[in-house]
Amino acid sequence: MDIFVQQLFNGLTLGAVYAVVALGYTMVYGIIQLINFAHGEVVMIGAMVAFTVINVLAAGGMPPLVVVLLGTGCAIPVCVLVGYAMERLAYRPLRRAPRLAPLITAIGVSIILQHLAMLVWSRNVLAFPQIIPIQTYTVLGAVVTQVQLAIIAICVLMMAGLAALVYRTRLGTAMRATAQNQQVAGLMGVDVNRVIAATFVIGAALGAVAGVMVGTYYGVAQYTMGSILGLKAFAAAVLGGIGNIPGAMVGGLVLGVVEALGAGYIGELTDLCHIAGVSDWLTERCRADSHFILFGSNYQDVFAFVVLILVLVIRPSGLLGERVGDRA
Amino acid sequence: VSGWRKHPAVVGSGVALVALALVLLPFALSAAGTAWVRIANFAILYVLLALGLNIVVGFAGLLDLGYIAFYAVGAYAYALLAGPHFGLHLPFWVVLPIGAAIAAIFGILLGAPTLKLRGDYLAIVTLGFGEIVRIFLNNLSRPVNITNGPQGLARIDPFSLFGIDFSQHERIAGVLVSGPMKYYFLLLLVMLALIVVNVRLQNSRIGRAWEAIREDEIAARAMGIDTTRMKLLAFAMGATFGGVAGGMFSAIQGFISPESFVLVESVMVVSMVVLGGMGNIWGVILGAVLLSFVPEILRYTVEPAQQAVFGKTLIEPEVIRMLLFGLALVLIMLFRPAGLLPSAVRQRELTQQAP
Repeated sequence: MDIFVQQLFNGLTLGAVYAVVALGYTMVYGIIQLINFAHGEVVMIGAMVAFTVINVLAAGGMPPLVVVLLGTGCAIPVCVLVGYAMERLAYRPLRRAPRLAPLITAIGVSIILQHLAMLVWSRNVLAFPQIIPIQTYTVLGAVVTQVQLAIIAICVLMMAGLAALVYRTRLGTAMRATAQNQQVAGLMGVDVNRVIAATFVIGAALGAVAGVMVGTYYGVAQYTMGSILGLKAFAAAVLGGIGNIPGAMVGGLVLGVVEALGAGYIGELTDLCHIAGVSDWLTERCRADSHFILFGSNYQDVFAFVVLILVLVIRPSGLLGERVGDRA
Repeated sequence: VSGWRKHPAVVGSGVALVALALVLLPFALSAAGTAWVRIANFAILYVLLALGLNIVVGFAGLLDLGYIAFYAVGAYAYALLAGPHFGLHLPFWVVLPIGAAIAAIFGILLGAPTLKLRGDYLAIVTLGFGEIVRIFLNNLSRPVNITNGPQGLARIDPFSLFGIDFSQHERIAGVLVSGPMKYYFLLLLVMLALIVVNVRLQNSRIGRAWEAIREDEIAARAMGIDTTRMKLLAFAMGATFGGVAGGMFSAIQGFISPESFVLVESVMVVSMVVLGGMGNIWGVILGAVLLSFVPEILRYTVEPAQQAVFGKTLIEPEVIRMLLFGLALVLIMLFRPAGLLPSAVRQRELTQQAP
């Protein structure tokens, strides 16, 4: 039970981050039906910029919270710039091209960003300076740090803010109109180009914050961290129903919890020693070593992909989505 | 347009010239160093992969971002059946077909659940599939050691045929033929075979069915094409090519580890196909050769140049190579979406505006 609650909390923390990154995918997909492959790299760049700032300021004696906030404050404009630049230079010229063209471009952008980041920050794993003293709380028998609580709180706040932006403001209305029908939205006086650029910018800003959170949570950053994180967040977006903003939030949280619980229990579930009686060889084996685990927690990364494939095969529209998943 | 190009004598002498150049190439390259023969071998391996992927992406229009998984399956099949890990040392002409068959089965395994998906969704699922295969290769060392995990498998048997060991130097008719050169000629033969298969496929009933599916799946089905079977066939065929290339990679390299089968490798093969021109066999070959040779040439020129100018290596050649891949993808899509040597049909498709 303790493991369950513990993994649930870990999963929620991770899931909250996935949700925020997934929002970046889903907003862009909702509006121009592009899988922005390079979004994971934006998150990575956010983490990297924050790392540099925090590293420089860490010794300065400023309160840790201020340092982290300054790091985030620098990460956001850089990521926003990257997000805007890639929309402007790589995707906008291809807006009327067939679907595969921007997707391939996105892969190219992702490679370029990754290796530019490698040039700047080296290929080493960078350790975030541990400036925030970890405080732990015990909740229902599970150990939770204040960083985890802060991450969950910030993610919820950002999601609420985004929801307010999308459903309550003029820009949000314009975004939803553009998502429904670009041409008609244009005829109604919506500056489609600006709205699309704004979507990229908002997604990138959310990604920057997510990058900082991932960096401080794990305490490390590397130039390759964006691709796997991006893929998982994309899986979360698909799980929730791509193009659907509440869906991305739900999908992220569900995926985080599935991953954490999966990693926590898969070893026990696939321990063949539970059924040691079925063969003599297995009985012998289990007498020597009480565990015969087929799949351990090192398969954690598989869950996101399995979830992704299952969703796309069984219910391509996702948990909350109405869009059909097989549009060419 | 120009009639003389089609004249049999011109075509014949052209083919003869290319053949002669290809036969003499390794001797010229080994004058520059055996390393260049190895580079040529890897270029041909990439050509094999690109030709395989071309069936899936170019002919059938199914964007596969996990193609390297089949390469991995072929490579591991060879390494396990012809290496010390299980103590099996089967000859390569037994192992290669087995590896190809296993890869084909994996191709169908990937294809079957994804038949309904199109376009970008398929790309992501195949990408996930490739990652799953890699994660399994990394972790299938426990509880039973199958893949030896991240350490990989070493001392894999080289090819040997009629007593000729492909890893040894040998003097044949007074000419020194090194191991990599033997592999070069073998790879050349395999490449020729695959080119023939590709060309024949393209103009066959199957090839036309693929093209129809790529253009409009619903219309294709209405015309009586069994789209399910044809798509699975494309996946299986592409995977088979990948499996063969993987087996050869295993034997040439003598060592494999999951490191060789990362996502970037899949992207690289996709870049080759895209750069050369999806669906055009000669374009794809050009793309593969360009993207395997240019980075190597850069490695031998940019690094010394940097050393000379700055006194140290500022940008590693590996990074330049990857930046080049990325730029190639972006620029090609922006300025020449059908590739360097576009296939006629593809060009029409990619320059047409979406509705």
